[in-house]
Amino acid sequence: MTTRPLVELAKTIRSKNAGVDQITFDIIFPDRASYELVKRSGALTAEVVTRLYAIPRERLTAFVEYDPALAIKFTIRRERPSGSPGERDVFGAQQYAPLFDLPIPIGS
Amino acid sequence: MSDRLTILSPTGHLGFTPIERGSFEIGVARRPDAIVADSGSCDIGPQPLGADERCSPEEWQRHDLELMLLAARGLGVPMIVGSASDTGTDRGVNEYAEIIRDLARQHGLAPFKLATIYSQVSREELARRLENGVHVDGLDGRPRLTTETLARTARLVAVMGVPIIRALDEGADVVIAGRSSDSCLFAAPAIRAGFPEAASYYLGKVLECASFAAEPFMGKESIMGTVTRDTVSVTAMHPGQRCTVASVASHAMYERANPFFEHVAGGALDMTHCRYEQVDEQTARVSGFAFRRDPVYRIKLEGAGKVGERALAIAGIRDPYTIRHIDAVMAWARSKVEDRWGPPGQQYQLYYHVYGRDGVMGPWEPRRALPAHELCLVVEAVAPRFEDAEVICALATRNLFYARLPEVKGTAGTAALMMDEVLRGKAGYEWTVNHVLPLADPLELITVKLEVAGG
Repeated sequence: MTTRPLVELAKTIRSKNAGVDQITFDIIFPDRASYELVKRSGALTAEVVTRLYAIPRERLTAFVEYDPALAIKFTIRRERPSGSPGERDVFGAQQYAPLFDLPIPIGS
Repeated sequence: MSDRLTILSPTGHLGFTPIERGSFEIGVARRPDAIVADSGSCDIGPQPLGADERCSPEEWQRHDLELMLLAARGLGVPMIVGSASDTGTDRGVNEYAEIIRDLARQHGLAPFKLATIYSQVSREELARRLENGVHVDGLDGRPRLTTETLARTARLVAVMGVPIIRALDEGADVVIAGRSSDSCLFAAPAIRAGFPEAASYYLGKVLECASFAAEPFMGKESIMGTVTRDTVSVTAMHPGQRCTVASVASHAMYERANPFFEHVAGGALDMTHCRYEQVDEQTARVSGFAFRRDPVYRIKLEGAGKVGERALAIAGIRDPYTIRHIDAVMAWARSKVEDRWGPPGQQYQLYYHVYGRDGVMGPWEPRRALPAHELCLVVEAVAPRFEDAEVICALATRNLFYARLPEVKGTAGTAALMMDEVLRGKAGYEWTVNHVLPLADPLELITVKLEVAGG
């Protein structure tokens, strides 16, 4: 089975605050084919995300496949509200990088 | 009633960085029916609200307000700004109103009606409601608001819905509003003009961040929205940008946990069945939205409280052996702080940000076992008194220099100090309130004032 990293299939991979207690991740595809490929591959699921970010399932508050935007979206509850002492990323804007290398099976 | 209304959106956060003039002027030349911008966000963290400070230079705020004011008065259309001066507190509204009065004088503008809308909520007011048994439910998994949490809160704002309609009804030409739902700023003139709430709120949702709804990625460029009874069209004003089906649809989910619902005071915009189509190269059109009214009118509250004073220092590590043992180095430095101050908790908090290993992602970093060949440590100490935070920060930083590792070769010091200096950071705050308050009347906590400016 050949794989390609998610970053090569997606048009946009981003993260951003969704309010003060959550960070939301958007993975947007350039065309229906690549969107459907990733959706059907089973390589990007709620379980995969919790493993990648090493968080318990209850911290993942949403995982949605959003057909109109050809996008997969998930949301993680923060450890502490944004901007508290000890903050690393006030806007939550740089938390997406580990998604880049996620291997997506593309058939043999 | 006209069959369409157009709104120009020049920026997603007024004053954060200056508006780009070129695409704004292209938009103004198309004679929109209103010019609207949001100036605030909880994205900037709790400090500006807690300390009641702006987060952007006044010069940039003035720059953006001047562009909008002159264009709106030139066209004779309403100008609406919400979440004034980043936080939307009464201070922010007053500062923006003063800038508007000042610009009107400076440019010799003919008289116009200036509305100011206040939505700051006093702690006493909220405490009274809690005592009367009002349930203030937490958002995003937070528990219901308690008097203890309220006591830790320095300042609160209500995120208003569409009281701007009231100001427009009274003839306001320029509206400076306190903290507002971004989308409500744009929805208000559309709802007032008779367009359905669903289309009006979608118009607001898609315009709130200006050029972020277009592609390729550019900040601070203008976009224009047109609402009809059942469609919203959105057009990029920068010649190099396009509003596409993909860019507009993907913006629907921007900054929100769920892509299907946008919650505003009093209800939610339902985007589940939205249809997107390309109209021309720069324009996409959307239809199929709905508005779901809440059975009880509830308004969002944001509140921030002070945690302590903050001190910062910076150290670098280059020795590969020290980098391999960086956790032991930090443990040593922590232990020296604990020898004198006890464990972290009430008296102080101490954080090491290890850039080059997991400084950005912390425990979410999957590559933390592969640190870079040099590390930057930012040491952050928080304590009730700055003098204590400063001492703790110095102790926690200098002991990186003295860490005792069994086989260290460079025995003159185990860290590079960028300077032997502790910096004063802004005070540490936290978001204490992210809750919703039920109201009997949407205007209950809102004050609308009108005056004549210019002339």
